[in-house]
Amino acid sequence: MATMNMIQALNSAMSTMMARDPSVVVFGEDVGYFGGVFRATDGLQKKYGAHRCFDTPIAEGGIVGAAIGMGAYGMRPVVEIQFADYIYPAFDQLTSEAARIRYRSAGDFNVPIVVRTPYGGGIFGGQTHSQSPEGLFTHVVGLKVVIPSTPYDAKGLLISSIEDDDPVIFLEPKRLYTGPFDGRHDVAVKPWSVHPASEVPEDYYRVPLGKASIVRAGEDVTILAYGTMVHVALAAAQESGVDAEVIDLRSLVPLDLETIMASVNKTGRCIVVHEATKTSGFGAELAALVQRECFYQLESPVERVTGWDIPYPHAFEWQYFPGPTRVAAAMRQAMEA
Amino acid sequence: MLHSTRLDRQAVALRPARNAPLTLRIPEPAARPGEPVNFSKLRLSAPGAVRRPSLDAEPRAMHDLAYELIRVLDDKGNAVGPWVPEIASATLIAGLRNMMLTRVFDERMYRAQRQGKCSFYVKSTGEEAVAAAQAAALESTDMLFGSYRSQGLLIARGYPLLKMMGQVYSNALDPLLGRQMPVMYSSREHNYFTISGNLGTQFIQAVGWSMASALSGDTRIAASWIGDGTTAEGDFHYAMTFASVYRAPVILNVVNNQWAISSFQGIAGGDEAPFAARAVGYGLPALRVDGNDFLAVYAATKWAASRARANHGATLIELFTYRAEAHSTSDDPTRYRPADEGAKWPLGDPIARLKQHLIARGEWSEQKHASLQEEVTAEVRNLQKEAEAKGVHGSNQPPSPKTMFEGVFKEPDPRLLKQRQEAGF
Repeated sequence: MATMNMIQALNSAMSTMMARDPSVVVFGEDVGYFGGVFRATDGLQKKYGAHRCFDTPIAEGGIVGAAIGMGAYGMRPVVEIQFADYIYPAFDQLTSEAARIRYRSAGDFNVPIVVRTPYGGGIFGGQTHSQSPEGLFTHVVGLKVVIPSTPYDAKGLLISSIEDDDPVIFLEPKRLYTGPFDGRHDVAVKPWSVHPASEVPEDYYRVPLGKASIVRAGEDVTILAYGTMVHVALAAAQESGVDAEVIDLRSLVPLDLETIMASVNKTGRCIVVHEATKTSGFGAELAALVQRECFYQLESPVERVTGWDIPYPHAFEWQYFPGPTRVAAAMRQAMEA
Repeated sequence: MLHSTRLDRQAVALRPARNAPLTLRIPEPAARPGEPVNFSKLRLSAPGAVRRPSLDAEPRAMHDLAYELIRVLDDKGNAVGPWVPEIASATLIAGLRNMMLTRVFDERMYRAQRQGKCSFYVKSTGEEAVAAAQAAALESTDMLFGSYRSQGLLIARGYPLLKMMGQVYSNALDPLLGRQMPVMYSSREHNYFTISGNLGTQFIQAVGWSMASALSGDTRIAASWIGDGTTAEGDFHYAMTFASVYRAPVILNVVNNQWAISSFQGIAGGDEAPFAARAVGYGLPALRVDGNDFLAVYAATKWAASRARANHGATLIELFTYRAEAHSTSDDPTRYRPADEGAKWPLGDPIARLKQHLIARGEWSEQKHASLQEEVTAEVRNLQKEAEAKGVHGSNQPPSPKTMFEGVFKEPDPRLLKQRQEAGF
């Protein structure tokens, strides 16, 4: 065991897999010699050589397109898109190609690639360094969408993603890279080292895709969250005094519907939280599933606490970010309904 | 004191314009329907006139080749000049047969669409030498990332025509289980990557595949094909950039058949410079080749393949040809180009030209040609009967709709099991 922040855990996952499997290669903008703008690939080129970890031109569509070709060859490329906000030039390659190659070729070819990308707000990154595009990818059949919320999960989920034979969009909540930020922007963020999930094995282990984690057991209301919002939900539970059950989905596709249903059937109330904008967000899918599967147990409407339906506004970071106060208010409201 | 800055600004703004109005050019082809065909703008070199650089030549020392046109066969069917390949007559005859088979196959599948037996079809008529000669020049283990007009590659690799027909008819013989349109084939066994209808995506994928081959210490190279119109897509730029940066062992082919549905090649920028010339800015070698000249296509592809195998990197090949028929069964080219443009194409027909060469070589005759024509026609006709016995599009014996819920992911998806039940399969 070692104490790691999320960046170190991600780095350890890639290093572990590069050591185990010669078909794992890592590339992207600034990831080689420099080690990535967030340092996630720090030292990998030195350790494994420039043929295993290298810089690419600034061409997200090229990075993903090349990864697809490598995947079809039989390699397991792990590519970094520097910010999720920059992923759109690769959208055609992801949605029309990576997602469909297995299906359209009737299993003749598959694309075992991982696209890692930092997402989400909280760093004053404005419109082009703060977006949460997970809903765009959950809507594309054929892509898996994975989002960790702790260093331990980050490593285990990334290893599972690298070993998966289908394409995985691995969204990293960048605000969590160095500490479990819970949305309380006016208090100092604790480092990961004081959090139990910073205890990370240095060796190989997996956290399976499609298994949610109940991070706080409770009786009154179920909070469905992922990424940074897991920690926001925990802070909101504390702030509101409501006995909330907080579920960290960990992967959106595949989705652990069983854990969600069991919890909502128990609590009778459900709030979905995400940083992404509200309309047609993944919360809408979760709300639809919960009302369909748990309708007769529901005691209040399924509520969504999300980013507003506006581009991420630079100077209004905390007015946009769905922090613990908004989540706590939704909890109280659900209890009153 | 009266400040005059504001007034000065007004004075500038109010000064009458003396510049001529700006204009914009909307490219137009040399001839439209009803007008005489006009090939005066074509850049053609004389047969045998273009030099053949050494395999390790610096790209910067061969810019001229992007503006020339490599031709081997002269008007009489003789092979001339430095690009004459060493090629056995048997290979040429096999290539001729593949071209004829492709043309007959296309013809009959096109007619099947007109008879309502399939939803859609794309012919490669007039461009058969591109596929047949390039397949012959590559090794069967090299990976091909083709386009929707690359059926000739698959035919040359010996993929069963019956399976192709099964896919065209979406019947029980369809290896892709009714999931893909006609012509969007896939065969790992034949090293033929699954065809996409999204244009150009395969270009950078081929580069990625070849990078993986090199990273793995493999000896196989990749090749990819796009049309003149698709050179405008970002994927072209990605492919050229990555191929250049990493010196990837790949052959990048632009099949310039002059037309992208109704848009002539000038709409993709072909009037300003040949598509081959785009390689110059990437520091890649370019070969511009008569795509209807089997020997020239074979020789250029061999050159590029040898260069890639020797770790000198990628080559861009522009295959200069003519789309002799409609874009697809959903198109009517008489609405946008002269009806006789194809028949008057100055570089002729690839099958007729190889036939002429083989006869000039003393290896072929009109009689042999006629009997080969009969043979391939009978082969296709018989297979077509066999295929149609298994059903045609929209009628009996398709793959079970149950299968459409399978294979999105490797593992069964619980959502899809539910949806399949809901659909009643």
